[in-house]
Amino acid sequence: METKRIVVYLNQFFGQIGGEEEANTPPQSFDKPVGPGMGLQQLLPKNCTIVGTIVCGDGYFNENLEEASATVQKMLDNFKPHVVVAGPAFNAGRYGMACGTVGKIAHEMGIPAVSGMYPENPGVESYRQYLYIVETGNSAASMRTALPSMAKLAGKLANHESIGTPAEEGYLSRGIRRNIFVEKRGSERAIEMLLKKLNNEGFDTEYPIPHFDRVEPAQALTDLSKVTVALVTSGGIVPKGNPDRIEASSASHYGKYSIKDLTSLSSDSFETAHGGYDPVYANQAPDRVVPVDALRALEKEGKIGQLFPYYYSTVGNGTSVANAKSFAAEIAQELVSEGVQAVILTST
Amino acid sequence: MHLKVGNIFIKDLQFGPQTEVKNQTLFVNKDELTKLLLADEHLASVELEIAHPGESVRIMPVKDVIEPRVKPEQEGGIFPGMASKMFTAGSGLTHVLKGVSVVTTGKIVGYQEGIIDMSGPGAELCPFSKLHNLVVVAQPVTGITPYQHEAALRLMGLKAANYLGEAARKITPDETISYELLPLHAYHENYPDLPKVAYVYMLQSQGLLHDTYFYGVDVKNMVPTLMHPTEVMDGAIVSGNCVSACDKNTTYHHLNNPVVHDLLARHGKDLCFVGCVVTNENVTLLDKQRSSDLTAKLVEFLGVDGVIITEEGFGNPDTDLMMNCTKIEGKGIKTVLITDEYAGQDGTSQSLADGSPLANAIVSGGNANALITLPAMEKVIGNVDPVEVIAGGFKGSRSTDDSITVELQAIIGATNELGFNKLTAREY
Repeated sequence: METKRIVVYLNQFFGQIGGEEEANTPPQSFDKPVGPGMGLQQLLPKNCTIVGTIVCGDGYFNENLEEASATVQKMLDNFKPHVVVAGPAFNAGRYGMACGTVGKIAHEMGIPAVSGMYPENPGVESYRQYLYIVETGNSAASMRTALPSMAKLAGKLANHESIGTPAEEGYLSRGIRRNIFVEKRGSERAIEMLLKKLNNEGFDTEYPIPHFDRVEPAQALTDLSKVTVALVTSGGIVPKGNPDRIEASSASHYGKYSIKDLTSLSSDSFETAHGGYDPVYANQAPDRVVPVDALRALEKEGKIGQLFPYYYSTVGNGTSVANAKSFAAEIAQELVSEGVQAVILTST
Repeated sequence: MHLKVGNIFIKDLQFGPQTEVKNQTLFVNKDELTKLLLADEHLASVELEIAHPGESVRIMPVKDVIEPRVKPEQEGGIFPGMASKMFTAGSGLTHVLKGVSVVTTGKIVGYQEGIIDMSGPGAELCPFSKLHNLVVVAQPVTGITPYQHEAALRLMGLKAANYLGEAARKITPDETISYELLPLHAYHENYPDLPKVAYVYMLQSQGLLHDTYFYGVDVKNMVPTLMHPTEVMDGAIVSGNCVSACDKNTTYHHLNNPVVHDLLARHGKDLCFVGCVVTNENVTLLDKQRSSDLTAKLVEFLGVDGVIITEEGFGNPDTDLMMNCTKIEGKGIKTVLITDEYAGQDGTSQSLADGSPLANAIVSGGNANALITLPAMEKVIGNVDPVEVIAGGFKGSRSTDDSITVELQAIIGATNELGFNKLTAREY
């Protein structure tokens, strides 16, 4: 079996430099296991060797995030590990954030990483998607139970073995939905789940509904006569030919298009790129989705100050909430900096 | 009342001088069927092809997939009120040609999407890759509206399936399954100790290429209604939608609805399956409120303890799903929902567009945004050129070796929300 290189990240305390008084220690590297690394080495598969340890003070890491990250990345570059093990950090918040960041750095370098934390450690919520975080108790007293799970996961990752579910492997859910095949078809699973629910037996939903953001509508504006109004749509209206190639579904980006000097959106120049609704009416008169004609009329009547000379468009169809959120943040920032005070959002 | 379903297992599909079933092979008279389908003035050309499981063949775009069936005790075909005269579906005798289907393709309205690969990794995700498919490639005449175009293709598929179904009329089935249908009160009287269960059957009704038909009625103009489970087996429900293909129900799915089949299989054993409430997924809030109110009312009227609710599509219909769930749970009736997920290509985004704490029992058909690379096929029936603009495709979907990388969305039936498949998603 090929020898696999493991690198361990520890804070100043577990790295045996000192307590809180040494929390400002910048990253240092050692070419051998240190502290909990010694125990970890005993638990790893035979072909896995801890070739290095990176130690950094929790205070330094969190207060000098960019420098600390750059240094850790350089050290990882030198060690060329197959897997990084960070912590365990238990319920230590700053240590957890540092371990999570190290996991993210490794992830971006294409190196899998494992840590161990108490579920309430802030590092879990912030970084769980970048690394495997084994569930631990809230203090170092649980080191003995944390290390075997971490070693097992690190060994599997090093040897490219498949990783089971959080429940099977003992890590905290990473929030990543992954497709798998199961033994029974969906209809059968639904009936079994319903019977359990009817019999008041325990059952496991296949998709736990997350907490949904509910946005309270802002106070209505009373006088629009001096206000610049912008149009933003998820209805996919784009210049004909879809120059930015906005996807019919699962949009990865949005477009910004000029409507300066236009009194309406003509069907000769605009169309919809959206694949999720009957496009006939939108293509006949794109104003039905992005009402430039109505806004121009209001502008003429003096009901609104002016129409912002660009509209923003994306496709809502199948677009992930994460993508939609990032588009919205960028668009909103741009609109605010351009002095737009009201936006009409049209959906389809 | 009974429905007897006689299954005839077909092992091969070939063209022949006469349309008939011989030695478990379905032979099709190509000229006769072509002529029959070309009689529609909206169609300029019709060509027939055959695609077998395991072949290096890609079919794209797919409009519909239909299983051939016939009612030997009566004249004419199935799909009452749409492709045959009106009759009440779901009783008497039905013969089914198992293992074959009609797949309709050609230029379809709007986006040209929906893929069936007959071999390779795509075939593992698509139920139709395992069938012997008679592929009907049709081109419309010019100058017709998109609505006429869609209707012509839809009816063409049903007509072709009814034509093939005729070959099953006089064949002795390999197996016969009998279903008993009772008046409502008898379900309660005959099975006092079993939990009473109903099925809430949500149908796409969002407009062109997102429509479904119940006895020929466009369901966006329908209020929720009651249905015997066996009615689907004679084509009471017909698909008019195929875009974002992974979670759209083809007519084949409706004929073989797995929730209906699996509930009937357990009926009288550990549950009592009382019936179905058919409802729609319209686009306006008023329509959603009306349909979910009336659906919950009908479920309560059936006097059941629990329901399974299946969604069709995603995003906008997630709202209908949650409204149905919360209103039915609000009446003290337990729900399990079947849906699929749009968790982003990396699986880290929120999967549904709407949610409720009452939706605590969900079965997932998988993450439709997950990517798959489908190798080039030796033969393409239809046209793969539009792959970069279909739902699930993107700029760069097609590589130089003609393999295509798409989201599962592009594969018809891949994340079906009737629970047809074994694919699901879990949190890792």
